[in-house]
Amino acid sequence: MTTETEAPQGTARRGFTGASGTAPWLVIAAFLLPALALYGLFVIYPISQSIRYSVFNWNGLEALTNFVGLENFRTAFTDPLFLEAMRHNAIIIGLSLIFQIPFALAVAVMLNQNLRARGMLRLFFFAPYILSEVVTGVVFRQILRPDGFVDQTLSAAGGESLVQTWFGDPTIVLYTVFFVISWKYFGFHMILLLAGLQLIPVELDEAASIDGATWWQHFRYVTLPLIGPTLRVSVFLSIIGSIQLFDLVWVMTKGGPVNASSTMATYLVDWAFRRSQFGYASAVSVIIFVASLVVALFYNRFVLKRDLEGALTG
Amino acid sequence: MTATTAARDGGFRIKALISRIALYVAAYLILAFIVVPVLFAILGGFRTTAQIAADPTGLPNPWVFTSYQATLALPAFWRQMFNSTLIALISTALVLPVASLAAFVIARYRFRGREGFYTLFTLGLLFPVAVAIIPLFIVLRQIGMLNNPLGIALAQAAFALPLSIVILRPFLRSIPRDLEDAAAIDGCTTLRFYWSVILPLSRPALATVAILTIVTSWNAFLLPLLVLIQPEQWTLPIGVNNISAQYTSDTARVLAYTSLSIIPALFFYFLTERQIVRGLTAGSLKG
Repeated sequence: MTTETEAPQGTARRGFTGASGTAPWLVIAAFLLPALALYGLFVIYPISQSIRYSVFNWNGLEALTNFVGLENFRTAFTDPLFLEAMRHNAIIIGLSLIFQIPFALAVAVMLNQNLRARGMLRLFFFAPYILSEVVTGVVFRQILRPDGFVDQTLSAAGGESLVQTWFGDPTIVLYTVFFVISWKYFGFHMILLLAGLQLIPVELDEAASIDGATWWQHFRYVTLPLIGPTLRVSVFLSIIGSIQLFDLVWVMTKGGPVNASSTMATYLVDWAFRRSQFGYASAVSVIIFVASLVVALFYNRFVLKRDLEGALTG
Repeated sequence: MTATTAARDGGFRIKALISRIALYVAAYLILAFIVVPVLFAILGGFRTTAQIAADPTGLPNPWVFTSYQATLALPAFWRQMFNSTLIALISTALVLPVASLAAFVIARYRFRGREGFYTLFTLGLLFPVAVAIIPLFIVLRQIGMLNNPLGIALAQAAFALPLSIVILRPFLRSIPRDLEDAAAIDGCTTLRFYWSVILPLSRPALATVAILTIVTSWNAFLLPLLVLIQPEQWTLPIGVNNISAQYTSDTARVLAYTSLSIIPALFFYFLTERQIVRGLTAGSLKG
């Protein structure tokens, strides 16, 4: 996929691209070695070990002797609590695509206008993304506690009927978690989409306004098609992020109450580090891994095509 | 005729004005939505828990400094600050040379399997620490690096490699090849060329990589939570999480502790926002 960006030999552009040099293979190997060693030991080896552990019944300490084949996977896919966790991941994906991404796009379109203090707004809108998940979770637990800041604000504004036990009610908690996720991550998608919007040639905007396009026509027939590639990247990253969701949930609810906000990753950590079922938990990690990979391959094959141009999947 | 045109112009202008006002109202509502939770935490630290409980939406009245003073007097707080800083710096010191060496040859030399190596590294973008956490924990236990900042830093550096290489490759590729030819004529070795030509020229991209690594490391939660078992080794996120769980009824204390842990991050962010944005958009869109 990346070969097309390679230097065309013997053309005028040759002087500006440096992708065609050669060096002794020993030198190349020496340059690659530190990265391969680090990546191999701490990324590839652990992931491959996960696959190995996943076919054993193992408590993390004794020898790997109790081979159980695919039993762990069968257990996972028949455990209502795991299926429930998967369903929560799916709901978060759905909500993100319906609410968070369109909201991020709306804000990006807004910031792409000639607004005063645009730089300042961008700075603040993006700030939650660099706050840690722990800080975000802890602060929102305080803000959303019963009779706390949000409840009192709602009551003062006459919305008493809207007050909920945000983290305590199993029917509400997942939506509360989603709200906090959106608060923290919409700025990231906004930044991506804003970068995409800024790539749209000014001439097109001018042409549309000369032709007397309404705001909606302009958005629908100029902006949306041209922002398409960026939007697809944004959707992709949002899906992958939702599949792997852990930190925020763990800090705010630990997956509770009564598993109402569990995700595949909180289920995994729960089984590994609270119940020492490392074999079973490894099977769960393989499921998360495969789910991410399938989404990536499917997306790369059918949706992204050349959008990413080697940025994500080579 | 002129009258109707004027009226239409006037109507148009009023409409434009209204939509402009609506735009600003929307922008500042979102700004409030972002800023209020953070202000709630910072200002809450200047109130007593009783004040916060009595009126969660109020401002500090009177201003109380005891929660912040108490936090700043805690040796544990400073130790966590030190540990977080140390781990972030070691991670960055590992990522910069390792990622730039690999990205350098991948970007500028032709060799068998080059695209394969690049794909291998970029695949790592798909996998967060959570997927590999169990064997990672076991690897660190095997090499005796539980409770060791270096263990965390090594793992974090490894997981930072994919994005770093994705950011560095197009940048290194765009450095003119003429420089290389000139260096070769001068009898410059590959390592020498990397060190005295490539590294100085790629400072902006290296800065972006460093900043992203620092932010990711500073915020990391899962790995430190599982690996750093002794409280002396905890980082700030673990400390904040612990304070929040331990003092559920002392809101003021939790908010003061949390706010103080945000300050270095916010300060760093305001200094480096441009690079962070550039790095993340380059990493996700076509570089």
